[in-house]
Amino acid sequence: MSIHDWFKRKKLQKETEYTRERLDIPGNLWVKCYKCGQAIFARDLAENLKVCPKCGYHFKLTAAERFAQLFPKNSFKEINESLTSTNFLNFKDTKDYGQRIEESIMKSNYKDAIVTVLGKLDGLEVAVGVMNFAFMGGSMGSVVGEKFARLVEAAVEKKLPVIVFSTSGGARMQESIMSLMQMAKTSAALGRLRENRLPYISILTDPTTGGVSASFAMLGDVNLAEPGALIGFAGPRVIEQTIRQKLPPGFQRSEFLLAHGMIDMVCERKDLRDTLVKLLKFFRD
Amino acid sequence: MAKAEQKNNTRRLLPFEKPLEELYEKLDKLKTIGSAGKMDMSEEIRLLEKRIEATRQQIFAKLNPIQVVQVARFIQRPTTLEYVSMIFDDFLELHGDRNFSDDPAMIAGVAKLEGRSVVVLGHQKGHSTKEYLARNLGMANPEGYRKALRIMRLAERYNKPIISFIDTPGAYPGLGAEERGQAEAIAKNLREMAELTVPFISIITGEGGSGGALGIAMGNRVLMMEFSIYSVISPEGCASILFRDATRASDAAVAMKITSKDLLELNVIDEIIKEPVGGAHNDPDLAAKNMKAAILRNLEPLLPLSHHELIADRYNKYRKMGIYNEG
Repeated sequence: MSIHDWFKRKKLQKETEYTRERLDIPGNLWVKCYKCGQAIFARDLAENLKVCPKCGYHFKLTAAERFAQLFPKNSFKEINESLTSTNFLNFKDTKDYGQRIEESIMKSNYKDAIVTVLGKLDGLEVAVGVMNFAFMGGSMGSVVGEKFARLVEAAVEKKLPVIVFSTSGGARMQESIMSLMQMAKTSAALGRLRENRLPYISILTDPTTGGVSASFAMLGDVNLAEPGALIGFAGPRVIEQTIRQKLPPGFQRSEFLLAHGMIDMVCERKDLRDTLVKLLKFFRD
Repeated sequence: MAKAEQKNNTRRLLPFEKPLEELYEKLDKLKTIGSAGKMDMSEEIRLLEKRIEATRQQIFAKLNPIQVVQVARFIQRPTTLEYVSMIFDDFLELHGDRNFSDDPAMIAGVAKLEGRSVVVLGHQKGHSTKEYLARNLGMANPEGYRKALRIMRLAERYNKPIISFIDTPGAYPGLGAEERGQAEAIAKNLREMAELTVPFISIITGEGGSGGALGIAMGNRVLMMEFSIYSVISPEGCASILFRDATRASDAAVAMKITSKDLLELNVIDEIIKEPVGGAHNDPDLAAKNMKAAILRNLEPLLPLSHHELIADRYNKYRKMGIYNEG
């Protein structure tokens, strides 16, 4: 194998790793489960809410897929959809941040890493935020923080409960300190919500780490998690490098967090909507 | 080993202070000759000391960001406990989170500031490998953040201002920290700090490392020592993740805008506290004096505010943070 082939192979591997979670199902007849390897007919997978029928692996959802599962009657309206990120620091790593934003918008079809809506869940009015892992790893910059804060403020004004689905690698480093400040902003907004005695349900999905887990994702009156989701403060690689040992199996997965008292329940996707409705009714009545 | 220890007790220079090394060696020689009593060297010593001071001033007048990082992390940089002892009277350290343990990486207690009762808390590093180990280099575990919150609530119950000192590479990324909910501990602190009904001042004294720093840093006023840093990730971490090259920390430090001057321009902090030439460790008393003046100056306008006003002041401060396009 020539050195050229070696580089090519590496690149290929990277690309498949990167794109595999984003497979557009209608375009592909068969999908392979990332966990058990089972080949699944794409339509079956979609009908099964993108959960592997064999092993129960929960595939990542786009915001649109999440909304479709949550609001089958399309009973929701997006708010603050025009907010977009800007490269205010002129930050450039291997690529210019401005270019990265544009490419992410093109690739993911979303303007940033969170979509916020007001909607009706079984007739109950709610303010809902859904994060998008496909947009720069769901990282939180000024736009995510601002849309989150506005969602919460809208909920306070209209006296609505808030539901947020998190998935994020953490703070958006390209916005440097300003991304860190979003942790303060979102948490402060939740303090207001709490003071107004309006419920906040946080659903942690795969993966939720860093600045998002250390701010709004962990602050639910009720914290739910989808099965097998990676949830933690530090990423597993950082921890392994720090303590210089391998992490035990299941470490930082939803079930581990349940056992350590950090979440209220692990909720399968098929039960999620009903669980949310039950909780909302508990808070309402 | 003996040599290393000896070095510990004597002068230590920062990597970029190399030009001073030679001058100090000369100074030592002059002093030895002078103390032998054969010749009066006082004039030469005086001149050389002046030259050292001038050279140091020159070096520090144009530090680049990665050099500021080195100053911020310097092993001789004054620690929280030292600042506390220099600025406050009657400090009593209080321990424990009442849940799991006492975290030595986070100190907290009660003290007097010019006769006024205040609560102080902060990360504690140290000046030697031994102290670094004992204090985990100021990298707090969840129990550290929970202790901090317990003490902040104590302050609130008795209506005492809070002064927090930030100096940490970050919250500890360990196995136990995850098991005990590092993310939850920090998140809860953020929400609760926003709601505190008492004046709250935070000072970045050395390293303001990400969520571990912010976890005790949501003051009504945030001040920064001149040669401290405040950042979402270390320059090394940023270099290896975003630049895909761990050796480019220096570029990352520039790009991330982590110095006090940068952060004042971004309106993330309220004031820069001037440091003595050569950094706070070069004259800790002067550094503490400047810090105390800044604390008093910033505390003063907060004291007459009502509970409601203090919360609103803090909420508005953090609510405004963020730069984005709309429409």
